[in-house]
Amino acid sequence: MNEQPTIRLAVPQGVLAGEVIEIKVMIQHPMESGYRRGTLGERIPRNIIKFFRCSQEGETIFEAEFHPGVAANPLLTFHMLAQRSGILDFEWTDQTGLRWSKQAELSVT
Amino acid sequence: MRLLTLAGLWLASVGVAAQGNEGSVISPKEQPVSGYRFLTPETRALQDDAFANPGYLWVAAGAKAYQTSHGSGSCVSCHGERGMVGVASRYPRFDEEAQTLLNLEGRINACRTKHQELSALAYESEELLALSSYVAEQSRGLRTQVNVSAEAAPWLEAGEEYFFQRRGQLNLACHQCHDQSWGKMLRGDRLSQGQPNAFPAYRLEWQSLGSLHRRLQNCETGVRAEPQALGSRAYLELELYLVWRSQGLALESPGVRR
Repeated sequence: MNEQPTIRLAVPQGVLAGEVIEIKVMIQHPMESGYRRGTLGERIPRNIIKFFRCSQEGETIFEAEFHPGVAANPLLTFHMLAQRSGILDFEWTDQTGLRWSKQAELSVT
Repeated sequence: MRLLTLAGLWLASVGVAAQGNEGSVISPKEQPVSGYRFLTPETRALQDDAFANPGYLWVAAGAKAYQTSHGSGSCVSCHGERGMVGVASRYPRFDEEAQTLLNLEGRINACRTKHQELSALAYESEELLALSSYVAEQSRGLRTQVNVSAEAAPWLEAGEEYFFQRRGQLNLACHQCHDQSWGKMLRGDRLSQGQPNAFPAYRLEWQSLGSLHRRLQNCETGVRAEPQALGSRAYLELELYLVWRSQGLALESPGVRR
């Protein structure tokens, strides 16, 4: 799965400096736990995202570790203190080290 | 008694009553109730939240595919932006040119092969789900208005027959659960009317978006019948009957179902 999966981001616009904002991110991913079996009894191999990181120009804002119990198409909601404008980078890393990312602009006035 | 009261409270809370005055079950054709009414508040909230609803992942992918230009043009070059409003509410419909009944998926594939010189997409492929959910989403909130006269009439009739036909090892017809027993408990779940208005829908059981035909296959597996093929004539007929039966309900695609 080298093709970029669909990623949806919700970053608020028109933010004031010092405001706490809510950010929502969702990525399309099966999050196959590795514990399930197919109709013929064969084991379905594990295929999960292991790590998520949100950063602003290199500075980590939020990070999360994923485990096999997480449902498909994981949605994360978190908060950050908006201090300065800049590009927010959202990056997911799967179990094989494959990375997918998407950027969004944060403008603080 | 307490259980009965609780069941009564539940029915009151969803604003529907399965029982008529004479104690008979209200016919879904006369009073269609969306599957949404049978969901837990959490699942309803998931459907209502335009960001958290995972179905929008496919809608977003469909929006991209709609814009993608192939040698023979993109969807948008003919249909324009937001050119699909209301389209999903008119399907399935009889296509004069193809001389067959087409549902939304069939219509998209007909457009691809006829006008774009592309190959038809496989039923239930990610690409077709993306396009069909994108098109269906533009009719969200609109009521279905299928045409069942003239050439479509025999399809409707056959679909109705299928709905009333007992099948599978459990020897059950769709009608027995979804007309006669809706509102009652089936093990841990409350039986819905089997309305199609949320499809293509994200099912929690699938952890994915899927078409109505995939849902029908699940139903048939549930009564231990041999499922029909996706996009088969039998399912197209049944789809027409189900949509006709749901008239008056608003489309909810991408819905979220359990």
